[in-house]
Amino acid sequence: MRTLAKRTYMQPEDKTQPAGPRITKDLTIPKLFFSQAKKFGKDRVAMREKEFGIWRPITWQHYLENVKYFALGLIRLGLREGDKVAMIGDNRPEGLWSEMATLCARGVGVWLFQDCLIDEVRYIIDHSDSRFLVGEGQEEVDKALSVFHECPKLEKIIWDDPKGMRNYDQDYLISFKEVQRLGKELDREKPGLFEELIAKGHGDEVALLFYTSGTTSLPKGALLSHYNMLSMGKNLMTVDPCLETDDYVSYLPFAWIGEQMMSISCGLQIGYTINFPEDPATAHENIREIGPHVMFAPPRMYEQMTRTVQVKYLDASWIKRNCYELSTKIGYHAADLKFNKKPVPWYWTLMEWLAFIIVQKKLKDHLGLSRVRNAYTGGAAMGPDHFRFFHSIGVNLKQIYGQTEIAGISFVHRNGDIKFDTVGIPITETEVKIAEDGEILTRSPSVFLGYYKNPEATEKALKDGWLHSDDKGFIDEDGHLVVFDRSKDVMTLRDGRLFSPQYLETRLKFSPYLKDSWVIGDGREYVVAVVCIDYSVAGKWADEKKITYTSYTELSQKQEIYNLVEKQIRQANRDLPEAARVHRFLNLYKEFDPDDDELTRTRKLRRTFVTKRYEEIVNALYSDKEYVHIDTTIRYEDGRESQIKTDLYIRTIEDS
Amino acid sequence: MAETKRNGDGDTLLELTDIHMSFGKVKALNGVSLKVRKGEIHSVIGPNGAGKTVMMNCVNGLYHPQRGDIFFKGRRINRLRPYGRARMGISRTFQKVEVFGGMTVLDNIRLGRHIHFKSGILNGAIYKGKTAREEIEHRAFIEQEIIDLLEIEHIRHKPVGMLPYGLQKRVELGRALALEPDLLILDEPLAGLNLEEVEDMARFILDVNEEKRWQVTCLLVEHDMGVVMDLSDRVFVLNFGNMIIDGTPREVQNNPEVINAYLGQEDLYATRR
Repeated sequence: MRTLAKRTYMQPEDKTQPAGPRITKDLTIPKLFFSQAKKFGKDRVAMREKEFGIWRPITWQHYLENVKYFALGLIRLGLREGDKVAMIGDNRPEGLWSEMATLCARGVGVWLFQDCLIDEVRYIIDHSDSRFLVGEGQEEVDKALSVFHECPKLEKIIWDDPKGMRNYDQDYLISFKEVQRLGKELDREKPGLFEELIAKGHGDEVALLFYTSGTTSLPKGALLSHYNMLSMGKNLMTVDPCLETDDYVSYLPFAWIGEQMMSISCGLQIGYTINFPEDPATAHENIREIGPHVMFAPPRMYEQMTRTVQVKYLDASWIKRNCYELSTKIGYHAADLKFNKKPVPWYWTLMEWLAFIIVQKKLKDHLGLSRVRNAYTGGAAMGPDHFRFFHSIGVNLKQIYGQTEIAGISFVHRNGDIKFDTVGIPITETEVKIAEDGEILTRSPSVFLGYYKNPEATEKALKDGWLHSDDKGFIDEDGHLVVFDRSKDVMTLRDGRLFSPQYLETRLKFSPYLKDSWVIGDGREYVVAVVCIDYSVAGKWADEKKITYTSYTELSQKQEIYNLVEKQIRQANRDLPEAARVHRFLNLYKEFDPDDDELTRTRKLRRTFVTKRYEEIVNALYSDKEYVHIDTTIRYEDGRESQIKTDLYIRTIEDS
Repeated sequence: MAETKRNGDGDTLLELTDIHMSFGKVKALNGVSLKVRKGEIHSVIGPNGAGKTVMMNCVNGLYHPQRGDIFFKGRRINRLRPYGRARMGISRTFQKVEVFGGMTVLDNIRLGRHIHFKSGILNGAIYKGKTAREEIEHRAFIEQEIIDLLEIEHIRHKPVGMLPYGLQKRVELGRALALEPDLLILDEPLAGLNLEEVEDMARFILDVNEEKRWQVTCLLVEHDMGVVMDLSDRVFVLNFGNMIIDGTPREVQNNPEVINAYLGQEDLYATRR
């Protein structure tokens, strides 16, 4: 797999067109799907799903049939051109089939996050004018039923998992199988209709309506055309070609553009196999079984992996710990040489190989990264520590930058040219310029059509074909783009210097004991942090130290845990300029949660919201108080509430 | 829910008549009679020490009552040992989980299927042909019917002893189901679970009772009144070895004696919701 001198990912960059089809304005996703399915037919596996403990293959032929009958079934139910079909559920073949079928039937797909709360479901279904909703099973159907009467445009709710559905008899409920049966009926009546529908499509038509998570306001619906999606896929594949024989694991929400990019934009062009895990809870185990060649995940997934390794390390025996430490040292050294584009001397290559044999091979296997050629991270900032960690074990992790409005991505690192404070250089056919105020503007064939029913926002985001990102950044001397946070997320320190709180937050998150953090300090005298400990890791640490606790809240307030957190913060402080160092902090009584609106569904911190919500805490942090009294109610996912009354300690970090 | 669903018009599956059971001078059961009809969820409630678990142990054969008869599927089973009763289709879970902590979830469930294994020791030792085929069939059954139903895919290869209590209870239920029982005795399946786990478990019990594939008759001992009244077709109230009433949840809730002896103590037996 990997030879002594060469890491697998050091392949020369292929500047020619990828093996996939030519992308023209006439091509649509269904047309491409149809020709690929005909080409690969019965012989090739399009997707696999682990079900009942076994990986079950689905051939392209099977894929095509399922999509065809479902598409015709939708037509029989009355789907007209341009109608929206909302979809919600875990990653599973039926999810992708219904999306593809919607497109084939000339509808528009709208994905909802699986864990959307009722209000979000109602807003998106209503705002998108969806007439149909495809849900996975009872849970999704229940959500849909509870908003059905408030969304007058919604006509039918389709479900595919029969579990628990035996007592539902509403006439607007219909099963996936039943829709397909209707489709077969229609196919017998009008053979050739499916092909006709596909042939009618044009690349400029709307394919997907994507609701952006929005750190600031209500979600906005971005309209993406077939051409947007396909050209983005082509341009990424030109940079980092994938092979037909590759495997990809689809386990992140389809409502996230990154997953669409891998499963539809790239997957369909290349024709690699898409694997669906058995259950969200088994995703990690399933990734290990498959060993994907390509991977795209938001930083939190990689952070989780790092944490797993760190926790296992803490648990390991003396000899294992030493082996690990040694191999990490070697790995870091070699990775740093490569980051600095210095040649790696032969003896370091030899050492690297030793480290690979002794530790890294096993480590990568456990993380499911044995075969990864390209691993991408995007959607939020990733800390340099995590970045270096993955490169030190020989995983070719690259930063991606882009937004839903440009069909996913526009920047990526190139092989052998990775800088962890940048997001790389533009992919093919993408132009970039920096506006006078530092805003990043991009132009490419993938720039979206506009926001659905929101001309003002469209006007703000789209000017002369240039996409205005609302992100600030600059191009560095190597032509790499450096992204600051959203304009309002950049803070000014007391010495007048601009500073990104995210940078500090990601550094803190490198500690396995800290799950989330929130750094404040804009225009203030000093920087403070609100920290959420990782309950399982910190809890285990407390168990070993024989510290008793009964809940997250109680554990977070233990003085020992404060000492632990202080140690982690001191470590992160060490490399920072004086004004940027965290001076005071407190442990929050709960974790940040998207259900409480503190994070977006893609787990970005909503600063404005938390600043308002935890005003009391912020004020206390900027006073000389030693604790702050909290009296609040917590709302659980099922709507129950419980009251929390507690004192949160505030710790001041004295300069050492 | 409780109003619409009405099972139990079927034939009698289990019948206890005039059961007496005492330990020394303590009379645990004092002439108890109970009829469980096919397809219903029949709950037994009563204060602590009322004799509920003793009653379950009599049905399942751990205890043999001193007087009275037990009929299952029309056959008198007084003298049958627990394994004999298991073969007839009675399986159970325990108040305090009785799982094999060192074994994996899958192995625990497999164990519950032992009565369905046809091949003998010799065949098993060779493990070719028939035994191997048989094992694959049983594994398919476990995967498709039990692991999928109970949503325990993610822990199938984990040792049960390492799992949280709520999951252990699920595994125990899985093992009881592996027997493909006609009568399932659930001895406080919800005790010690948090609210989410209670909701899950209640759903599993309903699934097992209602789903066409299973349609298992359940004999349920439980303290959580909310769940008992929602799930049960009939409720049997026991108080210190004596039956107070055996009727529908509504009848039971309105019975003054029950209210007096049991339900009145709201603080003790309040439902969690």
